[in-house]
Amino acid sequence: MTSSGRVIGDTLLKIENITLSFGGVRALSDVSFDVRKGEIRAIIGPNGAGKSSMLNCINGFYHPQKGQITYKGTVRQQMRPHEAAAQGIARTFQNIALFKGMSTLDNIMSGRLLKMKRGFFWQALYWGPAEREELEHREAVEKIIDFLEIQAIRKMPVGKLPYGLQKRVELGRALAAEPDLLLLDEPMAGMNVEEKEDMCRFILDVNDQFGTTIALIEHDMGVVMDLSDRVVVLEYGQKIADGTPDEVRSNQKVIDAYLGVPH
Amino acid sequence: MLYRETGQYKTSYSADQAMFPILQDRVGLVLILIVAFVGVPMVATQYTYTGILIPFLILALAAIGLNLLTGYCGQVSLGTGGFMAVGAYAAYNLVIRVPDINILLAIFLGGGISALVGVLFGLPSLRIKGFYLAVATLAAQFFLDWLFIRIKWFSNYAPNANAPDLVIFGVSFSSPLERYLFVLTIVCFMALLAKNLVRSRVGRAWMAVRDMDIAAEIIGIRLLHTKLLAFAVSSFYCGVAGALWAFVHLGAWEPLTFDVNRSFQVLFMVIIGGLGSILGSILGAAFIFAIPILINQVPATFGMPISTALAAHLEGMIFGSLIIFFLIAEPHGFARLWQIGKEKLRLWPFPH
Repeated sequence: MTSSGRVIGDTLLKIENITLSFGGVRALSDVSFDVRKGEIRAIIGPNGAGKSSMLNCINGFYHPQKGQITYKGTVRQQMRPHEAAAQGIARTFQNIALFKGMSTLDNIMSGRLLKMKRGFFWQALYWGPAEREELEHREAVEKIIDFLEIQAIRKMPVGKLPYGLQKRVELGRALAAEPDLLLLDEPMAGMNVEEKEDMCRFILDVNDQFGTTIALIEHDMGVVMDLSDRVVVLEYGQKIADGTPDEVRSNQKVIDAYLGVPH
Repeated sequence: MLYRETGQYKTSYSADQAMFPILQDRVGLVLILIVAFVGVPMVATQYTYTGILIPFLILALAAIGLNLLTGYCGQVSLGTGGFMAVGAYAAYNLVIRVPDINILLAIFLGGGISALVGVLFGLPSLRIKGFYLAVATLAAQFFLDWLFIRIKWFSNYAPNANAPDLVIFGVSFSSPLERYLFVLTIVCFMALLAKNLVRSRVGRAWMAVRDMDIAAEIIGIRLLHTKLLAFAVSSFYCGVAGALWAFVHLGAWEPLTFDVNRSFQVLFMVIIGGLGSILGSILGAAFIFAIPILINQVPATFGMPISTALAAHLEGMIFGSLIIFFLIAEPHGFARLWQIGKEKLRLWPFPH
C-alpha cells in the first residue's frame, strides 16, 4: 500500500486559545493549533504537558474555561462525549478502555452503535429488518477485523488478550464508527518493536485508505517523526512549537524541553 | 466427543450470529422444550405444579429481569420485590377497576406500569453507582412495601388482594396443569425476547455501560438513556413476574409476599446462576427450588428423615456457603460452569 492519493484538505478542527484549569492547576494555557483534513497530526511533549487534556477537550470530556474549538466549520462550546461521537470523532485511550466482558467481535460491533437505527422492539424480536441490519454491520465489522488481522481472536473475550492485541481491538472499535477525526492517545505505549511496526502500518493505512484525519499523541520520537505530517509540541500546558517534523526537530525550545537546559 | 463442533461449517454471518450456532445446543433446546411442554405433564403431580414448577418459572422470569439490569447493565438493584409488587397491584387494580379487561392484557400492563416506576427509581443511577445505588433501590423496595401496606386503596380495602379467575379469550386456566402451561408459555416467550435483546445493539450498549462507562460515552452511548432503558425493561419483567406470582401462583396475597426477602431471593438466583446470562437466571432459579427438595428427599431415601426445622436451617447454611463460594470462585455462576463443562465435553472421553 503506497501512499498514493493522499490529499491534505482544509482545516477540519481549529483549536483557538484553549485554557483549561482544574482548581488552581492550569493544564492548558492559551493553546492554539489546527488539524487539516486528511493529515496525521502529532501532539507531543513531556509527561504532564497537557496532551491528554487536549484530546479530552476535543472530544467533550473536559470543558475548557476559555477559547473555542471549531469543528467542521462550526464553533462548539459545551459538548458531551456522545455528541462528539455523533459528529464523527472517535478515539482510543492511553490505558485501554475496552469492554472487558465482551468478545472482540462485540467490542468492535459496539463501535457501530450509532449507525444502527432499528428500534428497541425490532431488536427484541430479532427478525426481519433488525436481523438484516445486524448482518450488514457484521459484514462491515468483518472488514475491519480483516484489515487489522485479528480474525483468530474474533470470539475471544478481550480481557484475556495480550496487551498489543487489545490496543489493536480498541483501534478497531474506533474505526468501526467510520470517524472523520480519529484521536489516538499513545497508540504504541508499552509495545515491543514488532507490535509498534504493525501499529504504525495500521495508522498509515487507515489514513491512506479511508482518508481518516488522525490526531495522535506519542512518546516514541522516531515514530512521530516518521508518521506525522505536522507536529505540535506542548510543555507545561503551553504550545512551544508547531510545524513539520523537521522544523520541530531543530527547534531549540523543543530540544531544551526534551534534553533539559543547564542552569 | 459428545459436544464436537467439527464439521459444522458456518457459511453465512446469519448462521454465525444465530442464537444457538451449534447443532447440539439446538437439539438440546428442542429436547428441553419437549420435556417441559409434553414430558412434564405426563408425570407431574398437583404438588409438583403448585409447589415447585409454577413458582420456579415465575421467579426465573423475575431473575431474567434482574439479570438484564444487574448482570448486563451493571446496575445493582435490591428493589426486585418492590417492582414485582407494583406489577401485581397494578394488574389487580386494572382487573377490578376496568370492566371486561383481558387478564393477559392486565398482566402485561401491570408490567408496563412497573416499568414506569422502575424508570423513576432508576433516575439516581446516573449519579450513583455500586453500593450506593443498591441502597437507593433498597429505599425503593421499602417505600413500595410501605405504599401497598398503608394505602388501602391499592388492595381495594381488603386485607388480602384476591386474584380474579384466569379466563383468557374464553379459555379458563384453573387446573394446575393449565396454569403451568400458561406460565411456561409466557416465560419461554419473554426469555426469547430477553435473549434477542442482549445479543443486539441494546444489549451491547448495556454491557458497554457495565464494563466501562467512559468508553461507552466515547462511542456515542447516552448513559442516562441506556441505564433507564435497562431499568424499564428489567422492571417490566419483574412486574409481569409479580402479576403472575399473584394471579397464577398465590391467588390471594398480602404485600409481605413482595418484601425485601423476595428481592434477596431473586438476587441470589442471579448470582448463583450467573451474572450476565439468561440461561444462568433460569439455572439459578432452578437451583434455589431444587435444594430444599434435595434436602428433604435425599436423607429420607437413605433412611434418615430430618425434621423440617433442621431442613430449613440446612437450607440457609447451604445457600449462604454457596453464595460465598460463587462470589469467590466463579462470579459467573452456573452458566460459566456449564460453558466450561461444554468445552471439556468437546474432547471427553479422549485425552486429545
